[in-house]
Amino acid sequence: MSTHTLSVLVENKPGVLARVAALFSRRGFNIDSLAVGETEHPGVSRITIVVGVEAGSLEQVTKQLNKLIHVLKIVELEAGSSVQRELLLVKVRADAATRGQVIAAAELFKARSVDVTPDTVTFEVTGNSDKIEAFLEVLEPFGIKELVQSGTVALGRGAKSMASLSRYVSPNS
Amino acid sequence: MSTPVKAPKPGPQAAKAQPARPKAPRPAPPIGTPAAAPVLTGAQAVVRALEELEVEAVFGIPGGAILPAYDPLLDSEQVRHVLVRHEQGAGHAAQGYALATGRVGVCMATSGPGATNLVTPIADAHMDSVPIVAITGQVASSAIGTDAFQEADICGITMPITKHSYLITDAADIPRVMAEAFHVASTGRPGPVLVDIPKDILNARAPFVWPPRMDLPGYRPTTQPHGKQIREAAALIAEAKRPVLYVGGGVVKSGAHAELLELAELTGAPVITTLMARGAFPDSHPQHLGMPGMHGTVPAVHALQKSDLLVSLGARFDDRVTGKLDSFAPDAKVVHVDIDPAEIGKNREADVPIVGDCKAAISAMIEAYGDPGKDRLKTWWETLDDLRGRYPLGYTDIDDGLTAPQYVIERLGALAPEDTIWTTGVGQHQMWASQFIKYEAPGTFLNSGGLGTMGFAVPAAMGAKLGQMDRTVWAIDGDGCFQMTNQELATCAIEGIPIKVAVINNGNLGMVRQWQTLFYDKRYSQTNLSTHHSEGSPRIPDFVKLAEALGCVGLRAETVDEVDAIIEQANAINDRPVVVDFTVGPDAMVWPMVPAGVSNDEILYARDVRPTFDDEEQI
Repeated sequence: MSTHTLSVLVENKPGVLARVAALFSRRGFNIDSLAVGETEHPGVSRITIVVGVEAGSLEQVTKQLNKLIHVLKIVELEAGSSVQRELLLVKVRADAATRGQVIAAAELFKARSVDVTPDTVTFEVTGNSDKIEAFLEVLEPFGIKELVQSGTVALGRGAKSMASLSRYVSPNS
Repeated sequence: MSTPVKAPKPGPQAAKAQPARPKAPRPAPPIGTPAAAPVLTGAQAVVRALEELEVEAVFGIPGGAILPAYDPLLDSEQVRHVLVRHEQGAGHAAQGYALATGRVGVCMATSGPGATNLVTPIADAHMDSVPIVAITGQVASSAIGTDAFQEADICGITMPITKHSYLITDAADIPRVMAEAFHVASTGRPGPVLVDIPKDILNARAPFVWPPRMDLPGYRPTTQPHGKQIREAAALIAEAKRPVLYVGGGVVKSGAHAELLELAELTGAPVITTLMARGAFPDSHPQHLGMPGMHGTVPAVHALQKSDLLVSLGARFDDRVTGKLDSFAPDAKVVHVDIDPAEIGKNREADVPIVGDCKAAISAMIEAYGDPGKDRLKTWWETLDDLRGRYPLGYTDIDDGLTAPQYVIERLGALAPEDTIWTTGVGQHQMWASQFIKYEAPGTFLNSGGLGTMGFAVPAAMGAKLGQMDRTVWAIDGDGCFQMTNQELATCAIEGIPIKVAVINNGNLGMVRQWQTLFYDKRYSQTNLSTHHSEGSPRIPDFVKLAEALGCVGLRAETVDEVDAIIEQANAINDRPVVVDFTVGPDAMVWPMVPAGVSNDEILYARDVRPTFDDEEQI
């Protein structure tokens, strides 16, 4: 099993996310994380999918995705040549006695405190999945009350963009 | 015997020896402008679009949500609507029409149960790459998601089994969506497209802009093969000592049969045709080894196993062909031609992947082939000819006093008029129809290969006949399959679509029974259908009476001696549908057979008879 990050440009049409998700479940591919949002062009959305696949089946995943009519382009983003980020919101137990330590730990990870109560602090942090995992390990002893994580979003490094979106946009849309 | 209510109407398609190729896209006329466009209701727009798309037949049943579309349909002089008895029949008829004509088949149903009844034929068309467009009514936009009467999320339900689908939300989109649906269904790897239209959209008014501008930025099928890959493939064929042309349904879909014949004769390589490709290469041709796979011929199965080069043309290495995948054709390099890139490398790694249309790819290979002569194939052909001599397709009569089903099918083939189109259901009769009828032209053997849909034969025959009115259409069916869809015979009788149906009646779900005989110690659980006359069986239903009740001629052949005369009698009836109940023995089995999940090397020629490949050392 290996993990790959796919950046998928799709037409922003109703049901497109359902088609992509349904394809993964039908073909037995495993989605580790998924994030979707509009791009610089409102007619085009970008879906970032982190997929766990057996050796050799990544090609099958991308070929099957490419068959979906609404899929415009697929690129695999390698960890080394792309920026990959997740967002974490985490609520940690922190009373007057421990709050200082908790905030000190968070600062090491450049986490921001976004909500404070007498018993808890909520942090916001972004990073790749290794950093998020390390941060959670550090917070664990204090007591994590709840957390939420976004899917990975990613962009290739360098000056080039994945595609010029204007070529996908028809004059009458 | 009743008389047909309508005289047979001439078919929309003139008789042709071979199905027409899917039409090349016409050069795009200037795009229409909204200013000049007439304002139509959504329903009128649907019918007008069907006319613009040169649709001649729609199979369907009206109901609440689709009702508005049926009103303008009444006035269409071009589009003939065939009122079927079950939506599944509409779907399979659209498939039969598409397969027989090379055009897009169209079916129509209402929301909810009407739409869900189309699920099986849509899945079937998806598996076998048949271009159909299914138009369904949907509850009104405002009611969607409220569990309204006859609401079903048919787009969601069919998402994994359609090439694409649409839920229309604006009546102005109807022309564009209809044009796109037909384009997507019929180009690239063909397949089913669903168009779901809410009732309020059918009643809304909008400008009908034709021709519309299609908006498919993510749809660009590759049809022209890559020159370097073609040259590599041609070089491999020229070197190979044991090449095989492994031909699938893609050759039929792309109309590449003439090119295939040329490539085969140029290279001298043996040809095998899969179930979906029967007829793509003439059965009478000396280089044809027959069908591969679970019930393939010994020479075809062995040729694949011992080959050093498989040239796969529009085939997809289906499990019924490969048997146990990791022992399939172990010494072969693979050239894989397919218009769908996802098929290449899906089941078997390709040494030379070629994405493109089979017709273009085969033509290019012919062009690139530097003929090294055929001497190097001499040993290969000696091996294969020896196997052909020792293990021809055949059967032995079973001493039960009943006619052998294979004999009936062989005689049907022998006595049928030239250019007859055959359809089948699924099971033993389907395999025998593939084995014992000789197919010389593509588009003459229509069946459900991938999905294996029992009940395909009768409605598919109806669609094929409507598309090719001047040709004889015989449906070969089993007694199990026939009971799933025979109500469409009423449609055939009333609409003047005189198909012929041969019910190979062994009183059982024959293929299941065969497996029970071989693998379940003859414990016949739930396979006796009691349609037989033997052993005091009640013969329910009586297929002759059933046929007559449905407005058809009903005939029966109970003994071997009657078979020919009854077939001749059926062949002579052309003013109404005919059903022949052929009473045959239940113990006949389909041979050869590669049991499921084992290597193709374990092929059995007959029960407990494994062929000897005593020349294995030499090749």
